[in-house]
Amino acid sequence: MTLTPLNAVLFGVVLLLVVGFYGLLITRNLIKIVLVLQILVKAVVVALVLGGKASGNLGLGQSLAATVIVADTIVAVVALALAVQVRRRVGTLDLAKISSLRG
Amino acid sequence: MTETFYYIVLGLGASFCAYRAMISKHILPSTLYLAGVSALVTITLYLLGAYEVAVIELSVGAGLVTVLLVYALSVIGEDVVDPTSIIPKPLAFLLVAGIGGLAIWMAYPLVIHPNANGEVLLANVLWKQRALDVWVQVALIFSGVMGVLGLLSEKVHPQGQETQIHEVQAVREEHGIAIQIEQELHV
Repeated sequence: MTLTPLNAVLFGVVLLLVVGFYGLLITRNLIKIVLVLQILVKAVVVALVLGGKASGNLGLGQSLAATVIVADTIVAVVALALAVQVRRRVGTLDLAKISSLRG
Repeated sequence: MTETFYYIVLGLGASFCAYRAMISKHILPSTLYLAGVSALVTITLYLLGAYEVAVIELSVGAGLVTVLLVYALSVIGEDVVDPTSIIPKPLAFLLVAGIGGLAIWMAYPLVIHPNANGEVLLANVLWKQRALDVWVQVALIFSGVMGVLGLLSEKVHPQGQETQIHEVQAVREEHGIAIQIEQELHV
């Protein structure tokens, strides 16, 4: 298995994905979940550009990556606003405590 | 070979920053590490030839999102601490190792034989081939911003409004009575 530049980028993407998924599984803080989602999206952005370069259509990969960045920013903004509201109303950002609330 | 070395260093650096962002107990250092991930990803994108996306990633990922996270922390008022995980960490590690193996197995055949077709400009792809979904994105951004403004706005309590109206009416009535008494005195 030769290590070409594209292979090296692929391994970097997989490492970022693994760290992001691991963080998503072990994190309980709402703001930190937004942060971990950002890490996952960065891995996806690099993967899209890598796919575009490998398939010889870098423009399409770039345009899809731009779409993902924009959508992810909106998600981050809305999620942070929701987290602030949850903290104001419930008094905690811990997912376990929030999910145990009733009514 | 030099290019491969750069990509390896950038990938390892981004993964290290991501790991530090994930395991840090406080959110503020995690935010700074996330900005570091964003900067390293930007350099990777630039080396891959995706200059426009690199600029967007640097301005949005390392700039806007970092500012938003710090702003959210300042609104909350204190640096919150991440509690310990519910899922056992070995189980989580096994799951993500499976996901990583699956990702390499699926993506590796694509990158071992790169295809060198004619390049298409980003502007052509974005504004000519994908015009519709770009406009949908613009509408989504607008609705997202309006939604955030709605979420962050303070609600005026209806009882408070009613109390204010009653107070104004009472003042007007008192004023009217005072004018009547003045007129009677003059007469």
